[in-house]
Amino acid sequence: MNVEFINPFINATINVLSTMGGVNPKPQKPHLKNGNRSYGEVTGIIGLAGKEAKGSFAVSFSRGCIEKIVSNMLGEDIQDLEQDIIDAVGEITNMISGGARAELENKGYSFEMAIPSIVSGKDHKIVHITDFPVIVVPFDTDDGPFFVEACLKCEK
Amino acid sequence: MPDLNARILVVDDFSTMRRIVRGILKKLGYRNIDEAEDGQSALKMLKQASYQLIICDWNMPVMTGLDLLKAVRADEELKTIPFLMVTAEAKKENILTAIQAGVSNYIVKPFTEEVLSKKLEEIFKSRAA
Repeated sequence: MNVEFINPFINATINVLSTMGGVNPKPQKPHLKNGNRSYGEVTGIIGLAGKEAKGSFAVSFSRGCIEKIVSNMLGEDIQDLEQDIIDAVGEITNMISGGARAELENKGYSFEMAIPSIVSGKDHKIVHITDFPVIVVPFDTDDGPFFVEACLKCEK
Repeated sequence: MPDLNARILVVDDFSTMRRIVRGILKKLGYRNIDEAEDGQSALKMLKQASYQLIICDWNMPVMTGLDLLKAVRADEELKTIPFLMVTAEAKKENILTAIQAGVSNYIVKPFTEEVLSKKLEEIFKSRAA
């Protein structure tokens, strides 16, 4: 995967989670992923389809981290924690994808909109759209880690 | 001055975002807030009651925010309702498309309470002018 693809996802992740999630995510060293098991317990995944590149993006949260984010986002308005976590991860995935796509557009890569899917449970599978290598960026927060995965194949 | 009695319809397929927007609106003093989870449900609600503002996501199943905007602007009874698009779609092309379709204002997610408050002030100020 072209490394210029990963920075927009890192930037959008920090922007979304610091602006609306009330956390201060610190990116760690990226690495290539082996296998398809999730690093976190709740994952949002969204397809990225465009003329110049295609693939998918996922964000996988540890339990402690996503509980804190949902609590920060909704305050006292939490109704059903499990359902609220799933819904919030969907919206977070959507926002990060939108922010990254806007930055990628400035680099000459245009992607269509898509609706995110959510998977939860320990050790679940994350199936990316292409079989291209997956870059993982771990993030630390005070309430636990989360992981951004990007898998994009350049068609140029 | 914002009209705190304005009846506002918040449209988003994600409950999280509807609740965040509703929470901010309540904090700002707005009292009459309804919710819909897609454009089609929103259109039905708009036909049944009188709304003074629509706050709507773009990317939704069933009927997108852009399609709802076009339907509202094409409807004689609804076409003057201010329409605030609140969306993760930050691409310039999308913003231009929304402007051409008659959007009143546009917020790119993520956003803060201050940003939403300012956009509402701008909308109600332009309505009063």
